[in-house]
Amino acid sequence: MITLTNINKTFKIAKRQAGFGRAVKALFSREYTLIRALNDVSFSIADGEMVGYIGPNGAGKSTTIKIMCGILTPDRGECVIDGRTPWRNRVAHVREIGVVFGQRSQLWWDVPIIDSFELIRDIYKTDAKTYQNSLDELTALLDLSELLKTPARSLSLGQRMRCEIAASLIHNPKILFLDEPTIGLDAVSKIAVRQFIKKLNAERGTTVILTTHDMQDIEALTRRILLIGKGRILLDGSLDELKKRSTERKTLVVEYIGNAPVLCEGMTPCETREGRVVITLDPVILSVSDAITRLAAQVSLTDVSVLDVSAEEMVAGLYKEYEI
Amino acid sequence: MKLYFKYFALHLKSQMQYKITFALNILGRIVMSFATVTGVLFMLTRFHEVDGFTVSQVLLCTSVVSMAFSVAEVFARGFDIFPQLLGNGEFDRALVRPRGIIFQILASHIEFIRLGIFMQAAAVLCYAIPKSGVNWTPNKIVTLVLMITCGAAVFFGLYIVYASFAFFTTEGLEFMNILTHGGREFGRYPFAIYGGGVLKFLTYIVPLALFQYYPLLYLLGRTQNSFYMLAPILALVFLIPCYAFFRAGLRRYKSTGS
Amino acid sequence: MKQYFSLFRIRFINGLQYRAAAFAGLTTQFAWGFMEILAFSAFYRANPAAFPMEFSQLVSYVWIQQAFLALFMPWGVGGNAVEAIVSGNIVYDLARPMDIYNRWFFETIADRVSRATLRCAPILMVAFILPPSFRMALPSNLWQLSMFLISAVSAMCVVTVYCLLDYMSAFYTMSRYSAIFVILADFLAGGVLPIPFFPAPFRKVVELLPFAAMQNMPLRIYSGNISGTDAVRGIGLQLFWLAVMLIFGKWLMKRSLKRTVTQGG
Repeated sequence: MITLTNINKTFKIAKRQAGFGRAVKALFSREYTLIRALNDVSFSIADGEMVGYIGPNGAGKSTTIKIMCGILTPDRGECVIDGRTPWRNRVAHVREIGVVFGQRSQLWWDVPIIDSFELIRDIYKTDAKTYQNSLDELTALLDLSELLKTPARSLSLGQRMRCEIAASLIHNPKILFLDEPTIGLDAVSKIAVRQFIKKLNAERGTTVILTTHDMQDIEALTRRILLIGKGRILLDGSLDELKKRSTERKTLVVEYIGNAPVLCEGMTPCETREGRVVITLDPVILSVSDAITRLAAQVSLTDVSVLDVSAEEMVAGLYKEYEI
Repeated sequence: MKLYFKYFALHLKSQMQYKITFALNILGRIVMSFATVTGVLFMLTRFHEVDGFTVSQVLLCTSVVSMAFSVAEVFARGFDIFPQLLGNGEFDRALVRPRGIIFQILASHIEFIRLGIFMQAAAVLCYAIPKSGVNWTPNKIVTLVLMITCGAAVFFGLYIVYASFAFFTTEGLEFMNILTHGGREFGRYPFAIYGGGVLKFLTYIVPLALFQYYPLLYLLGRTQNSFYMLAPILALVFLIPCYAFFRAGLRRYKSTGS
Repeated sequence: MKQYFSLFRIRFINGLQYRAAAFAGLTTQFAWGFMEILAFSAFYRANPAAFPMEFSQLVSYVWIQQAFLALFMPWGVGGNAVEAIVSGNIVYDLARPMDIYNRWFFETIADRVSRATLRCAPILMVAFILPPSFRMALPSNLWQLSMFLISAVSAMCVVTVYCLLDYMSAFYTMSRYSAIFVILADFLAGGVLPIPFFPAPFRKVVELLPFAAMQNMPLRIYSGNISGTDAVRGIGLQLFWLAVMLIFGKWLMKRSLKRTVTQGG
């Protein structure tokens, strides 16, 4: 169980200035800007939940993750994870969590992966039996058997990420933090990683907190989304709820024979070509069926399809709505 | 301790992946450290002695300080490149693991090529031991060992201080060089030649003289005072404020994250 | 020419950004110079007759060396060049309408000048007001001062073309490893010990090497250890080595680039 209550965090950043004169001036005095990275952030996550933590760059995602990992102390507020405060009981806390930083490696570059794993086993004092079980399970799920004898430097990015995730799970943590786990991966590796995370959550019951910019990760994995922007939690809900909020606009792709149809109020053309038109509908003014009826009265339709908004667009829409 | 050896073995294994580069690097370091020794030789062939110390007595001093320094360089490498560890997230990784922070930084970087200086200094020491006119008794052998080991510990303390500064600022850390690299460079002569002020500073503030000058006097029979023999052990007290400073830096890091 | 100037300018501004580094460098170099002088004074006490230059000359030598360290040091500048070579990014540099050799040369000089400008004034200021035995003296006359200035510029150019040779060695070794280049240049140019302190037969040879055309020359001219026609001859030696290494460097650059291009990077 993870509970964050009114977490606040402010950073002080020195301003760098352009130009020769200012560079000289900055030698002697410097100006600072205060940045409120987190502003009364509160949420709670139950055991075994899988949560997607999204928001644009600089919104406060990694600050929150760092606080939950015990790397950072907040200015104010409480964070309790399984009855412990991360930054007060560091050693006891980190024993129960696994962390994957997508752009950073914890594997040894020049020695076989298995050596890195065994070192991690010793760091976490995992006993031999648990280690063996865990390793067997991870090897099977992530298809690592071929990779274990290879040094990290000769692995592809996707292979390395699979090993990276395994390395964070050897000690059987209850909670897994994934910071952009699919960044830079090819499509096949992305799917493999997603499937694994899903299985892990289902079989081990591991709580998973995932930050990502890839909405397909979210669609594939999480039912619950936390959207953060400018240091505030803007939305805490399911992907479906999110969809409902942003289904105000629908896209209609129409193919027809005949002269171009005249569009009425509520239809906005996006793309017009001979025999094909893409229209954005505002369903408050005009329902989908009405729109089709009106169009059918003017031309003979050969094909009509109604597109749902993709998660990607939805989030872009949300960012816009909240001006972040 | 067992875990430390695991790390040790892994470092050895990975650095041995590139045997030729490794050998060339060690060789380079040996040649490099000859500059200091050559300087000492040039000066002492011209002047014959300094403050009553002969060539081989000064070389004894030079090599002890170099050995202590290089041991610290090999094993405290993680503190030497600490600003990088903060930048590339390695330090954050250490924070999410259930082991002592200082232990993890020590264990995660061991650089064997830096033994080059040690090897060269050991050779010089072997030359100086018979020629320095020291009457070698068990007590004096213990003193020599204490000088090297406690010296390494003091340099280690300086590296910790350097790393602690990195928590507060990313630039300007080079001033610590005067104590680390400067300690080795100027430690080639007994610290007393730099005068009373410097000697006091290096006795009470940054105790480099405690493992160099005072036990050297004991070795050379200039004093019988056994306090001088044990001065290197006293130097270990220096590690306490170093550790405290590191804790303070860590607290700050946890509140700013940068 | 304008492009070199703007290159110089941006490097210079970049160098100014590092305020704390400048202050730290200042303290370090000041303390370093102080310790050097203390060590030499111990030897001077032991045997003044064996001292190969006036003590006051040595003091000036050390302070000028510390104040202008960045101008003459054979390490720590222009690291980008080696990275560009090793990573193969040099092929992108080839696409720019600028001679690579010249560009590296000016970049390195700009780095040196920007670092030295920040540090020299405070060190010199303090060195001029220290107690007499540690105080730096002015050159004996205007002629000596102008000889020093010419020699300093030449020394900076010599050490820079030497560094460029060092960078270019990366075309062949594909690594950053150049410690021996650096140590050799530092030691034989009088960085550790002024050349007059070298044993006589060795010293004769060293005085003629390209390394003697680096910091050795301006530092000894400033302090008055080399003066009159010797100073003119010294500057002649500097220009000679500058020309030799410049021509060799340009030739090597052409050859190395051809090699890189035919190998496809």
